[in-house]
Amino acid sequence: MNWFTDTLGTSIGKKLMMALTGLAFCGFLATHLAGNLTLYVGSEAFLSYAEHLHSLGPLITLAEWSLLTLAIIHVATGLTLFYQNWRSRPVRYSVKKTAGGRTIGSRTMPYTGILLLLFIILHLLNFHFVDKTGTNIWNIVTDTFNSGGYIFIYIIAMIVAAVHVSHGLWSAFQTLGVDHPKYTPFIRGLSIVFSVIIGIGFGFIPIFISISV
Amino acid sequence: MTKTINLTLKVWRQKNAGDKGKFETCQARNISTDMSFLEMLDVVNEGLTVDGKEPIAFDHDCREGICGMCGTVVNGRAHGPEKGTTLCQLHMRHFDDGDTIAIEPWRARAFKVLKDLVVDRSALDGIIQAGGYISVNAGGAQDANNLPVPQDKADKAMDAAQCIGCGACVASCPNASAMLFAGAKISHLALLPQGRPEAAKRAWAMVKAMDALGFGNCTNERECEAECPKEISIVNIARMNREYYKAGFFSGEKN
Ligand code: HEM
Ligand code: FES
Repeated sequence: MNWFTDTLGTSIGKKLMMALTGLAFCGFLATHLAGNLTLYVGSEAFLSYAEHLHSLGPLITLAEWSLLTLAIIHVATGLTLFYQNWRSRPVRYSVKKTAGGRTIGSRTMPYTGILLLLFIILHLLNFHFVDKTGTNIWNIVTDTFNSGGYIFIYIIAMIVAAVHVSHGLWSAFQTLGVDHPKYTPFIRGLSIVFSVIIGIGFGFIPIFISISV
Repeated sequence: MTKTINLTLKVWRQKNAGDKGKFETCQARNISTDMSFLEMLDVVNEGLTVDGKEPIAFDHDCREGICGMCGTVVNGRAHGPEKGTTLCQLHMRHFDDGDTIAIEPWRARAFKVLKDLVVDRSALDGIIQAGGYISVNAGGAQDANNLPVPQDKADKAMDAAQCIGCGACVASCPNASAMLFAGAKISHLALLPQGRPEAAKRAWAMVKAMDALGFGNCTNERECEAECPKEISIVNIARMNREYYKAGFFSGEKN
């Protein structure tokens, strides 16, 4: 192996890949949310946003393939780490209490991650791999959120995403080696604020659509 | 008048490394609250010996919180419920009369249970052997200020050097990762001028060794720094990560 794959292959190397791909996803979530806020304005704003996005042409294709690549790295590495960590303690404690370090987010990373993966597949089936002839994306969105089941799934998924990111964002900085008494409290706070914005910003879309349309 | 308490212990008993092991219940009677946890175990062991039973094997040496030999998981907490305390410095006044206490050995794939509460922590030595040293003779004491060390660096190195290698970080980590230990050892040397020349080689070799010895991967759960009897901070893990990236991406270091 060469120096590059060797460096990424160790425990810290794998963590580095998790952190970089995870941070890229956080950036994606932020832009995705900014775009989706047009849904709160109405059909015209949303459709013109969608049109602008698609007018980017090859750039959008590039972004899609990049996201897919990042997702494959994040999921494959995440599952590998999960398996290795599960194997690293063959005999479990009969009594185990936290000393106060863990959070709901940090405890559940692999589980929220797997749920997110399932959700992302469903989400793409709902809005990406659909026949758009004779209709438009606004209609597809409003039709989907006509169903109580979808509203429920989407809200739960956004809570799951918020929980994942509440640990993930801070954790990625720590993994990258950014930890200092001066700014770590800020980064930890930012993770919580960011996850609340993601959870509320996305989570209210289905409710808003089902009430207003 | 010293206060005494009676306790029920649920202790892990295992004859040897090959034995399956199981929990056994025994009583600890008339325990003075001035005793340390290990002294309480001594009293229980005396009783067991008198009854012709095998005493509970546990590791210990200095009994003053500096050697790093002692340590078990007490009611789900490494070194018991007190912050910044080794098991030998945990006093029985922190327990109430009638309490039931579960006592288990450190659990990790990299730490084999040898007998009862005694585990083989030589995997930590393996990490040190991979590079936790400087390979030139330090020589005699130099004149003061020949090698200037800024005070904050000296303080940080000293904080990292407080690690006594007890293994509580591994035991309390949900992933049985040794990154706080490795981070402290790598930081301690990387912060000082004598350690700099081999910093890249050391970071690389120690991380590789840590992985090969079967420890888990850090997921930044922060349980280790909360349980560390020397309260070593995870800023040392971040520093190890930086040293590792420098070694992997920017140094001439070949694995
Ligand atoms: C698609 C399914 C996903 C899976 C299976 C997954 C899995 C995981 C796992 C297991 C970890 C912990 C890794 C470790 O601590 O070493 C993790 C960390 C992380 N995830 Fe995800 N995740 C997924 C999606 C996402 C998404 C959509 C985001 C975007 C917000 C994200 C952001 C992060 C971040 C920032 C980290 C922290 C990296 C670190 O600790 O260094 N993940 N993910
Ligand atoms: S016996 Fe030495 S630290 Fe506890």
